[in-house]
Amino acid sequence: MSISETTRAQLEELVARYPRPRSALMPMLHLMQSLDGEVTPDGIDACAELAGVSPAEATAVASFYTMYRRSPGGAHHIGVCINTLCGLLGGDAVYEALSERLGVGHDQTTPDGRFTLERIECQAACTHAPVMTVDWEFMDDVTPTSAVDVVDRLERGETVRSTRGPVIRTWRDTERSLAFPDDGLAAEGTPVDAKMLAGLSLAKERGMAAPTTAQEGR
Amino acid sequence: MTPLTPVITEHWDDPELFTLAGYRRHGGYTALASALKQDPDALIGMVKDSGLRGRGGAGFPTGLKWSFVPQNDGKPHYLVVNADESEPGACKDIPIMIANPHSLIEGVIITSYAIRANHAFIYIRGEVPEAIRRVALAIREAREAGLIGRDIAGSGFDLDVVVHAGAGAYICGEETALLDSLEGFRGQPRLKPPFPAVAGLYASPTVINNVETICNIPYIVGRGVEWFRQFGTEKSPGFKVFAVSGHVNRPGIYEAPLGITMRELLDYAGGMIDGRDVKFWLPGGSSVPLLTADHLDVPMTYEAMAEAGTMLGTGTPMVFNDTVSVVKAVTRWLEFYKHESCGKCTPCREGTYFITGTLERFEHGHGSEREMETLVDLCDQIAGRSFCALGDAAATPYPSALKYFRDEFVAATTTPVDAQFDPASAYVFSGAAAR
Repeated sequence: MSISETTRAQLEELVARYPRPRSALMPMLHLMQSLDGEVTPDGIDACAELAGVSPAEATAVASFYTMYRRSPGGAHHIGVCINTLCGLLGGDAVYEALSERLGVGHDQTTPDGRFTLERIECQAACTHAPVMTVDWEFMDDVTPTSAVDVVDRLERGETVRSTRGPVIRTWRDTERSLAFPDDGLAAEGTPVDAKMLAGLSLAKERGMAAPTTAQEGR
Repeated sequence: MTPLTPVITEHWDDPELFTLAGYRRHGGYTALASALKQDPDALIGMVKDSGLRGRGGAGFPTGLKWSFVPQNDGKPHYLVVNADESEPGACKDIPIMIANPHSLIEGVIITSYAIRANHAFIYIRGEVPEAIRRVALAIREAREAGLIGRDIAGSGFDLDVVVHAGAGAYICGEETALLDSLEGFRGQPRLKPPFPAVAGLYASPTVINNVETICNIPYIVGRGVEWFRQFGTEKSPGFKVFAVSGHVNRPGIYEAPLGITMRELLDYAGGMIDGRDVKFWLPGGSSVPLLTADHLDVPMTYEAMAEAGTMLGTGTPMVFNDTVSVVKAVTRWLEFYKHESCGKCTPCREGTYFITGTLERFEHGHGSEREMETLVDLCDQIAGRSFCALGDAAATPYPSALKYFRDEFVAATTTPVDAQFDPASAYVFSGAAAR
């Protein structure tokens, strides 16, 4: 096992966050796969040691959760929601277009190591269907054309911004953010968009408001 | 016509709302100041009197849940916020955390004070870094302002708040699975009792509340029970962050009193795309029985939805038009439950495979009338026979679809559903965008 002093210090910081060390196992696994590109046996050993469990127990945890990779992933993770609402409203076509463009299927990585494609479940963004994610950042309201365009632009090294968040970095960067979420990007982009404001805008337009005192109501 | 009543969403159009300064500009943290001067039991009583019910799906009375926590028991108490919003169709907690994370934090501090917890956790699903980073920033800002930490505002109350990222497991939205996950185990449900209020996180008394539920707390404390109860009905008081999705012209977030109807929400959402008919809709997630156009005037309350044979659930209606095959929709949901069953209980683990495999035959036009009955039996044998509600949820879509759309399952014994319903006609894009 060989982790750097820096990594060890970061893992210890995660452990210190919780009343019991084992609770830090999930953020530690996020951190290790951000460093290694997957959950490696060495990563497991490090997490297990700091969490005070056996490597077998840490492996049992890592293998339960779909976000932990046990094989190398691409630089970018491309997710397409294929649950009923997104899928039937067009996510199925988006997935097909991306699969054709990238030449890979579900949970496969392009030979150049740039993209991993995944059919993902509901992203809690159904109002923005069909939903795609790049490195788990929202790409809302995609079409087959716009989804392929995102991949084209990423491949050309262009700047691509999430529809409700920061400029796309890499999948590993996002994994690091999951371990250390105060990543300085909270003010990036326009996270609150027109669909999130649909009711509020309409209420203002029509002069509707909630009473703020008990007397005003019905 | 029931009016829209933005409360939780009232200031979402202020782009600085996610910051402490922005939140304070709109009166943020004034309810906390008032709460810290009150007796914790009085706050529990107030939330009880408000009649607030859990917004995560089950609708359990929040104040009652809090009151189950034994006091003066010498054990540490914990508050855990269930922010693992993963229910298909549910998309309201993530927007709340992105737009107004401090309202959650203020609710967390007040709730922790009321139940005498010195440690609170916010468990957010890992697939939404945008929500996680905004909540993390809000926690840091609140800590730097002395709203989290030791002796908050001179009250003598100490609180630490930790945001925890999940890693892709729907089951962790089930409260006991969430606790196991937070303890660093595989996210599998526990047998109840004991309930979390007695033996939850680290076997200590724990309250687990949904994000939206907690966001109601500052308003109830700040404006009072009487104010709160002017919204909604006797059994379903308050307002609700409804998220309307599907074949509607303006899908989005609409906050309104409980008791508003789907017809009214549809009207606010600009009606159906191309004026097509509503075929079926679900009031709150894929785990509640579906309804049809005949139910558009049922009030969106816990009690009226139960009477109509379904549940309010997460209050995030998905609306489908007549281009959609109900067989295909149900099959896709079952594929989801099959994928997300944690594997602990045999009826759920094996049953979701059997149901899904059978439904996939229907999707390809190879079902049989005998299998239509077999599926009913299978659902009967899963519902109520597993530790948690995932099994029950998996047993829900098919029977409700069969009840209203039997003919479609019969048609799927001979004809593939894609031959009956052109998939492209259900897409929300067309022409060049569709390639």
